[in-house]
Amino acid sequence: MLYNEPSPLEVKVLTRRFGLPNSTSLDTYLATDGYAGFRNALQRKPEQIIEEVKASGLRGRGGAGFSTGMKWGFVPAQSPKPKYVVVNADESEPGTCKDRLLIENDPHQLIEGMLIAGLAVGAHTGYIYVRGEYRYLIGILDRAIAECYQRGYLGRNILGTGFDFDASTHTGAGAYEVGEESALLESLEGKRGIPRIRPPFPAVSGAFQCPTVLNNVETFCAVPAILRDGGAAFAALGTPRNGGTRLFCLSGHVNRPGVYELPMGFPLLRMIGEVGGGIRGGKKLKAVIPGGSSCPVLKAEECDLPMDFDSLAKAKSMLGSGGVVVMDEDTDMVRVALRIMRFYEHESCGWCIPCREGTLWLKKLLARVDGGQGRASDIDLIGELARNMLGRTFCPLGDAAALPTISLVEKFRGEFDARLAEARAPGREALAVV
Amino acid sequence: MADAVKLTIDGRPLAAPAGTLLIEAAKSAGIAIPAFCYYEGLSLQAACRMCLVEVEKMPRLMTACTLPVGEGMVVKTESPVVAGARKSMLEFLLTNHPLDCPVCDKGGECDLQDMVFRYGSGEGRFTEVKHHVDEKQWSPVVYFDAPRCILCYRCVRICDEGMGVGALGVVNRGAHSEIAPSHGDHLECDECGSCIDICPVGALTSGIYRYQSRPWEMEHVGTVCAHCADGCRTTLGVSNDRILRGNNRDRSGINGEFLCIKGRYAFDFTTHPERLQSPMIREGNRFEPVSWSRALAEVARKFSAVKAGGGRFAVIGSTRTTNEENYYLQKFVRQGLGSPHIDHHRSGDVPTLLDALAGRRDALAATADLYGSRAVLVVASDLSQQHPLLAFQIRANWRHHSAHVYVVAPGPVREDVIAVRSVRVEPGRELEGVEELRESLRGERELVVLFGDAIRGDSLRRLVSFGDSLGIAVKYVCLVDYANSRGAMDMGLLPDLLPGYRPSAESGLSHGMALDDMLAASDLDVLWVVGANPLKSATLQSADAFVVVQDLFLTETALRADVILPAASAYEKSGTMTGVCGEVQRLKRAVRAMGAKADLEIFGLLARHMRLDLGPADPEKVFEEIRRTVPATPLNGRVEAASRPELIRSARDTLFTSGTLGRYSKTLSSVIEAPGGLYHAGAAR
Repeated sequence: MLYNEPSPLEVKVLTRRFGLPNSTSLDTYLATDGYAGFRNALQRKPEQIIEEVKASGLRGRGGAGFSTGMKWGFVPAQSPKPKYVVVNADESEPGTCKDRLLIENDPHQLIEGMLIAGLAVGAHTGYIYVRGEYRYLIGILDRAIAECYQRGYLGRNILGTGFDFDASTHTGAGAYEVGEESALLESLEGKRGIPRIRPPFPAVSGAFQCPTVLNNVETFCAVPAILRDGGAAFAALGTPRNGGTRLFCLSGHVNRPGVYELPMGFPLLRMIGEVGGGIRGGKKLKAVIPGGSSCPVLKAEECDLPMDFDSLAKAKSMLGSGGVVVMDEDTDMVRVALRIMRFYEHESCGWCIPCREGTLWLKKLLARVDGGQGRASDIDLIGELARNMLGRTFCPLGDAAALPTISLVEKFRGEFDARLAEARAPGREALAVV
Repeated sequence: MADAVKLTIDGRPLAAPAGTLLIEAAKSAGIAIPAFCYYEGLSLQAACRMCLVEVEKMPRLMTACTLPVGEGMVVKTESPVVAGARKSMLEFLLTNHPLDCPVCDKGGECDLQDMVFRYGSGEGRFTEVKHHVDEKQWSPVVYFDAPRCILCYRCVRICDEGMGVGALGVVNRGAHSEIAPSHGDHLECDECGSCIDICPVGALTSGIYRYQSRPWEMEHVGTVCAHCADGCRTTLGVSNDRILRGNNRDRSGINGEFLCIKGRYAFDFTTHPERLQSPMIREGNRFEPVSWSRALAEVARKFSAVKAGGGRFAVIGSTRTTNEENYYLQKFVRQGLGSPHIDHHRSGDVPTLLDALAGRRDALAATADLYGSRAVLVVASDLSQQHPLLAFQIRANWRHHSAHVYVVAPGPVREDVIAVRSVRVEPGRELEGVEELRESLRGERELVVLFGDAIRGDSLRRLVSFGDSLGIAVKYVCLVDYANSRGAMDMGLLPDLLPGYRPSAESGLSHGMALDDMLAASDLDVLWVVGANPLKSATLQSADAFVVVQDLFLTETALRADVILPAASAYEKSGTMTGVCGEVQRLKRAVRAMGAKADLEIFGLLARHMRLDLGPADPEKVFEEIRRTVPATPLNGRVEAASRPELIRSARDTLFTSGTLGRYSKTLSSVIEAPGGLYHAGAAR
């Protein structure tokens, strides 16, 4: 199902089949260049497939932005252990809703990407770890997988090539932390979703302690196009070292919220103004979360930049998961800080002291400040506690909670200070804090 | 060293073997890096973040507990950044940790207290509402206070990895994470208390010790556990001549910090209200409390008369008296009374093993060999019930070194889970099961074999032949029941062997009666029972025998006595005992026995009354005599003893039974659940 009208500014590579009748069926897929990339990959050696992916400049679309080709290259070519392909479909980053659309509208593209990865590293088993809240997608995936088995695109001796590959879905049970790759693997193995000590990394010791390729849905979905049209063609769509297109999830106070596939490096202000149709009600822009809530927030005057990994890093934020949340002048930034911290406190796995205790303390502090009971020393304390978490936690969730909080307190200090002095404005209810 | 890595910590150059964790390298250089969740011997967690240190060229602080030393690494453990990190971790920890110090048992020996004093800030800034959960009791022994818990997961790991029980887990997530017991609201486990001792704070506390004392008010006495034969060191906390607790947190002894419920908590038999306090003499159907001099005079008079008249003595010694006591007793009986009839309740056929090994002392395994050997074979014993330290060592060997464990048993045992191969056999057919493992065992580099009482006499000789035929180095452990079962044999409480397994003919005496023969004989004049209870499951045929019993309690045997002499327990005397693997260990007296006397003292007083010259009844002096006169190895390696395999009968205790001492331990009776394990006390053989 399509949730928004496509924009004429889109460059539809991964989303080209969105909106086609029966877009999820194998026949539609095959009629639209489906499995062409896989056939190309069959003609290549594994190292060549990996080179092609490196040449595409594809970087992880889940949030970390690590070079996909390089990540695949870390899997040892020879190993006595079986190898695995695992798809991270645990899309939980606040502001992000692209992976669900890719699965809903074009599941075969994902399967083809898994097959190509299997060829590249010598893996013959793939798991698609689907977030528990995305239960409705399991049926769509299982049907697509069943079609593939029936028609010889999965299973033994695929298309008579001698290549075997098995794929299946696996559900999570409702946790953000298992979007972190090692925690996902723990959950896949039936254990608590707590991250692992790294090194070793999944490429060497992943699912069941075996070499594993683990990537985001969108990352896998880009691979068929790369092997079909070549890495260079994909790279050229984006900016140097930031190749290709990506799905941006534009939400918040814009006239046309939706998921749009745009070239890497697309200017943020154009995205808001032209793709998103501008701020609703003619209001002024105040702030943007550029890549999911785990990123430092950008003030309006910081938003004149291209949307790619390197440019956002230069602006001391992140491209992240592509969740672009647009906030207008009426937005209460203290309330934003509280809402974000509630999420991380709820989702903290609890393994390590700073994140477990830090997110809870910060949530309680922010709730008290938001409720008008804040003291002058509280604002500095918020920043200090967040900085005490930064870089000291077992996994990046601690950083993900700290970074937006620090940026909000620093960039919108005035609003926090004003909250101390004033009583709660009449009619504004405090968020229920659980 | 060939693979030594050179690094610098706080400006000091060091070298450590490749693969050493930074926290361990620092420790061996005397630099303490604080940690809650890191615990030597258990899996790594990196959860508490207390061990974060600065490492040059690394972008963020690194946990010293997971970072192996690297060539040229430059580490700072005392910089302002590190100090700030430690302070903030402790501040985070104290947000929900209740300041229970005044009422918390852990106060004074609490890692969190120590760390906050050393690394924390003086003032807390948390002013929000804390989340309170009531304290819970999970078993008679284990209490859990969730708000105090710092979620270091040591308890979960020691129970799962160390003990192989896995009775503790974690539920919920985030700040609502909570340690939870196996059965939702209570524990069904070995009740060993390892979780309590390993907890760095007062989250897990002992129901036995609760609210009784502060640690600095107790004197801590390291001695040997009075119960099974494993020989664990237990450090008893004593105040006002009362034992308040036992643990081994200082990791002294062959057991490290391992203890089971008996070593930790079952010391309470010493203060049971039915403890014999005074000698007693039978008056018809009653026992009359009398003075020591009266009682001893009576016994001396009777013994002297029987000796003068050439009457028959029979003496049953103990598996729980010291080596010095055993040596002195057999000297008393053989030299003093001129009688060869001495025995004890045998539970393992050590004489046959020594004979079969024919002097190869290096074929006897020490406790450390169970941890170090590449392969271990357990035959017909449920170690986790009867020898929990040995089970722990083998399990640790498997965990740390991937040792190969083999099992031959008539039913399921805990080692099955870690065994390479586990063979089920019917009782009596153990050696067939062992034979099945021949090919696998031949492929091992070395082997330690532990065997229970089903292997004795002829089957024991065949087991040793089997071991010899493998062509690899094999060591043996003959499992025996109690704290000094081994010492009873070493010190000659046997009718045909002197101390050191010399033939009793050397003393000029003929072979004596064995235990069963003594009870079946109808012509005994005297039966002297020291620390044993043979009449619990047998009758004494000699209805007219004069029976003298030395014990702690009024046992079934004591009820038949003519004179009862109250004896001290292992915690109330000094001396040495020998564990199942042959380690000779010193007892250190923890408390005084009020009216009772140590058995050695009783023997000495009795000897004096009878004007026998047996030497001073002083543990140090008797030990010296043993060292001078008892050979370490039988003279030509052979042991000449009559083979009476039917006399080898293990009590087959469980974790919660321990012969007489167990019956009088309220702790053990309070936790007796359905008898776990393969063998129940009293199960049909």
